[in-house]
Amino acid sequence: MNLDANTYQVYAKGYGKKSPVLRDCACAFLVGGIICCIAEGLYRLYLHLGIPETNVRILTPVSMVTLAALLTGFGWFDKIAKFAGAGTLVPITGFSNAVVSPAIDTKAEGFVLGVGAKMFIIAGPVIVYGTLASVVWGVIYYFLHRGGIV
Amino acid sequence: MREICIDFLLVFAVGGGFCVIAQLLIDYTKITPARILVSYVVAGVILTAVGVYEPLVKLAGCGASTPLTGFGYSLARGVESAVRDRGLVGALTGGLTGTAGGITAAMTCGFIAALVFRGKPKT
Amino acid sequence: MKNKGLIRIQNPPTILSSAAVVGKKEHDGPLGADFDLHAEDDRFGMDTWEKAESEMQRLAFGLMLKKCRMREDDVDAIFAGDLLNQCTGSSFGLLDFGIPYFGLYGACSTMAESLMLAALTVGNNIFNRAAAVCSSHFCSAERQFRFPIEYGGQRTPTSQWTVTGSGAMLVANDGGGPYVTEVMPGISVQKGITDANNMGAAMAPAAVDTLTRYFSCSGTVPEDFDVILTGDLGAIGHDITMELLYSSGFNIRSVYNDCGLMIYSAKEQDVHAGGSGCGCSGTVICGPVMKRLRQGIYKNVLFIGTGALMSPGSVQQGMPIAGIAHLVRISSELPGTLVSGEERGGSNG
Repeated sequence: MNLDANTYQVYAKGYGKKSPVLRDCACAFLVGGIICCIAEGLYRLYLHLGIPETNVRILTPVSMVTLAALLTGFGWFDKIAKFAGAGTLVPITGFSNAVVSPAIDTKAEGFVLGVGAKMFIIAGPVIVYGTLASVVWGVIYYFLHRGGIV
Repeated sequence: MREICIDFLLVFAVGGGFCVIAQLLIDYTKITPARILVSYVVAGVILTAVGVYEPLVKLAGCGASTPLTGFGYSLARGVESAVRDRGLVGALTGGLTGTAGGITAAMTCGFIAALVFRGKPKT
Repeated sequence: MKNKGLIRIQNPPTILSSAAVVGKKEHDGPLGADFDLHAEDDRFGMDTWEKAESEMQRLAFGLMLKKCRMREDDVDAIFAGDLLNQCTGSSFGLLDFGIPYFGLYGACSTMAESLMLAALTVGNNIFNRAAAVCSSHFCSAERQFRFPIEYGGQRTPTSQWTVTGSGAMLVANDGGGPYVTEVMPGISVQKGITDANNMGAAMAPAAVDTLTRYFSCSGTVPEDFDVILTGDLGAIGHDITMELLYSSGFNIRSVYNDCGLMIYSAKEQDVHAGGSGCGCSGTVICGPVMKRLRQGIYKNVLFIGTGALMSPGSVQQGMPIAGIAHLVRISSELPGTLVSGEERGGSNG
């Protein structure tokens, strides 16, 4: 076989099924939409129960995180995710699953070096870069605020 | 009643829309899901900073706040209020303050899940 | 290298016994009935997936000894490997037996590599009996190479499913076949594939390289074999291998199959491009293929174990994935009684 690497990579691309994009997107839209509606429902329920809005804003994502954690623990989350793709990944449920699944998985390596150290092995970058972005915005906001622009 | 239906439709459409964009990125590009999530959070911070995300949250409620861009929105909102209250130091404390609830809940759930559950084989 | 790496074993050793232990999904597959043992929950009574993998090797090795009524003392050496860091699946699993042990890393080609080394050492009177063992476990491999088991991710259509299973074989200098008559060590081939979810495409060039070398210097043609089996190329690697060989003038279509395509049902079991892992070819060769050789359904089998040489670190650093393909020929009769290509005048050797 005398194919060079570049030719081979192009050649190999022609093989194998492509992702069923339309189906994937439909599933992601459906499941993602449903998850957001559940969150909205909880939000309105908590308000209806007379909980102050500042707390409801925290309580709603916390409830979604807990719900996803339970689904992860019972081994149902990955079954839904296989079907939903980005539909479960993008909402805060995906963040929860990314924290809870390594926690369960690394129990065998102990609670400090396993669960404790590996809990954020997938979700860590989200927090790191999100926080870094917020620091940058904070500094800019400070000067805008002092300049009276915002 | 009709108003509630429209509200929920908006939540559904916006929330689902964010997921579809991510799905397209997964299927069509080589960007890994982990990178997409990082991009979503950073995008949420930027969109809030330029003033686009706040109106979207007002319009679609949890449809905009539940996706990870909403996490970025909370980070940006948190840092803004902290900078207003405490000056430049707020840039260091505000982001995590705004998202402390979700992060701590995930940690707590993770720990409890590790205590209670054990891994199951996939079929 | 005049003969391009082909080794004809002077005194072809016999595969005295073999055993295959699998998980539930493999047992539910089309070859389920041909495996010796399976566990309903893939745990094999252990509390971690790594221990479960070692336990599979222990069970497979023990069962293999039992089948040929041998004891541990009768085995001079074990050649074994798996996918875990430092090959702990094998070293822990075979610890109890007290037999000289060679740990191998050939990625998913380990069954072919270990069988080749066992056959070479026995065939050259270094050992009287040597064992070849390998294993992989879906959950331990997933943990090491991909994500936590409960993580909700979507697999790409080119990805493959790591087989939960272990295969063990005993090669001996006495016995009436099936014999290991020829072996050909693989050369690692790298064609720039960096996608760890497309192992088939990464490994196919190595399989093509080995098979091309083999056909051009052995004097055989594809039709000489009842079946030509690659280890775990999956749907994509299978097609690429077949097409590239065809363009080199070797049409293997009628006799070619891939263990990764045989072990699961593509329609009913959601495994995308097929099975992979050491246990994929390990269990298919030690179970169904050996069974058919003994029954006389197969007389001549060409087995090409394929492996993708990578680590999670090398993939993250953007290093391309190299493939390797080790070839072993198993025949139910001794070479003297075979009509080989050379006697027919050879092809292009």
